[in-house]
Amino acid sequence: MSTNPQLTPEGRLRHLLTIDGLPAEILLQILDTARSFISVTEREVKKVPLLRGRSIFNLFFEPSTRTRTTFEIAAKRLSADVVNLNIATSSQTKGETLLDTVANLSAMNADMFVVRHAQSGAAHLIARHVGPHIHVVNAGDGRHAHPTQALLDMFTIRHYKGGFDGLRVAIVGDVLHSRVARSEIHALTTLGVPEVRVIGPRTLIPVEVARLGVHVFHDMSAGLRDVDVVVMLRLQNERMDGALLPSAREYFKCYGLTAEKLALASPNAIVMHPGPMNRGIEIESSVADGAQSVILPQVTFGIAVRMAVMSILAGN
Amino acid sequence: MHLPDAEQLLERLAEAIRADLRDDICLVGIHTGGVWVARRLHRMLGLRTPLGSVDVAFYRDDYKKKGLSAGVRPSDLQFEVDDAHIILVDDVLYTGRTIRAAMNEIFDFGRPTSIRLAALVDRGERQLPICPQYVGAQVTVARGHLVQLQSDPASERLSLMLVAREAKA
Repeated sequence: MSTNPQLTPEGRLRHLLTIDGLPAEILLQILDTARSFISVTEREVKKVPLLRGRSIFNLFFEPSTRTRTTFEIAAKRLSADVVNLNIATSSQTKGETLLDTVANLSAMNADMFVVRHAQSGAAHLIARHVGPHIHVVNAGDGRHAHPTQALLDMFTIRHYKGGFDGLRVAIVGDVLHSRVARSEIHALTTLGVPEVRVIGPRTLIPVEVARLGVHVFHDMSAGLRDVDVVVMLRLQNERMDGALLPSAREYFKCYGLTAEKLALASPNAIVMHPGPMNRGIEIESSVADGAQSVILPQVTFGIAVRMAVMSILAGN
Repeated sequence: MHLPDAEQLLERLAEAIRADLRDDICLVGIHTGGVWVARRLHRMLGLRTPLGSVDVAFYRDDYKKKGLSAGVRPSDLQFEVDDAHIILVDDVLYTGRTIRAAMNEIFDFGRPTSIRLAALVDRGERQLPICPQYVGAQVTVARGHLVQLQSDPASERLSLMLVAREAKA
């Protein structure tokens, strides 16, 4: 009997809330299935009938363009009906609680909720309260987790590097506030990447991160040496206002990815970014648009990975 | 029960197809066994058109019951499906549901002029109005059993075996 709230008693994936605690087999099943969905998107009819008649609700309590759009496209390519709810501007402002909102949508025969919320644990809370036939996908909760972003990054790494054996991966930037970084670290270590590094200023690297089995660098040049994959994190502008960082220019000087710094990495290193990018703050434009950048393929792969997640969940 | 020799059936199947072969025929194997049979036929018939393969996991009618099968492989049709003459190849023809799923998938690539069906073994008991044009042999199999095709990884030689349904690999 499994105690992981994401899994059915038989150990199959029922909700996708966090990468933490998922076995490598499930991550690999998602990545393998996504590979088949890539070929679907290259056909004349870019759709398969798997989720015909199912209703998927995108519940975005926090603004997002890319993630919401790619979930919407993914659901439509699986033939599901999709309802987008931008809740910041709807009933929550009238005082309805999160669980009441979900209960009302469940009464409209929802089959799946895709949830983005500023509060860590929101997707878990919803998953605990939905009926047994409803599936929940966490599309980002507070600082906690963003599992589909981590999975699409794993897909991208496997696509360009052929696998995870022997890789050195560096995650650069604001790890402290990043749900992407947390999910990414869990995914990389679960899939057997031998060396995961995090690079950033002391104020933006949580002290407990070393316990996750990663190497911490505060000097970007040292941290980038010989890495195969560079994952840049978005620097959230609001962090500038506080005492965490002196200025955007200072940050770029120390932790912005320039062509010069990228030259320290392995010559075949790929550069990833979950978007949206701050050009000239965490990444130089010429690197973002350069030959080693795989930032746009990440977006394309994100659709196939989300198709895989939704079709595996809805069948379990 | 005794199952026929798969290599002999393959010869018979190739012979039957050769009788109305045209050089624009495209073979499409259904994963996994059908791809093995199609690959061998493609070579035996000396076809120049690209060999296609489909994995029908995204088109199956039992998804609601069984969920998505693990180990889905990408479907691969490297030819223009519009106006093509296709021979769909499967190893063991049974209820016909896999064939329906495969045809639905092919039509998402385009509109072929014709699709014919070749099966190494036909065990009957169809649940849909589907009828093969080329068959290696018809066999009768006891309920609760499956006929499984195996392919030697090195020689690609084919063999048939009977397994109890519970023990399906």
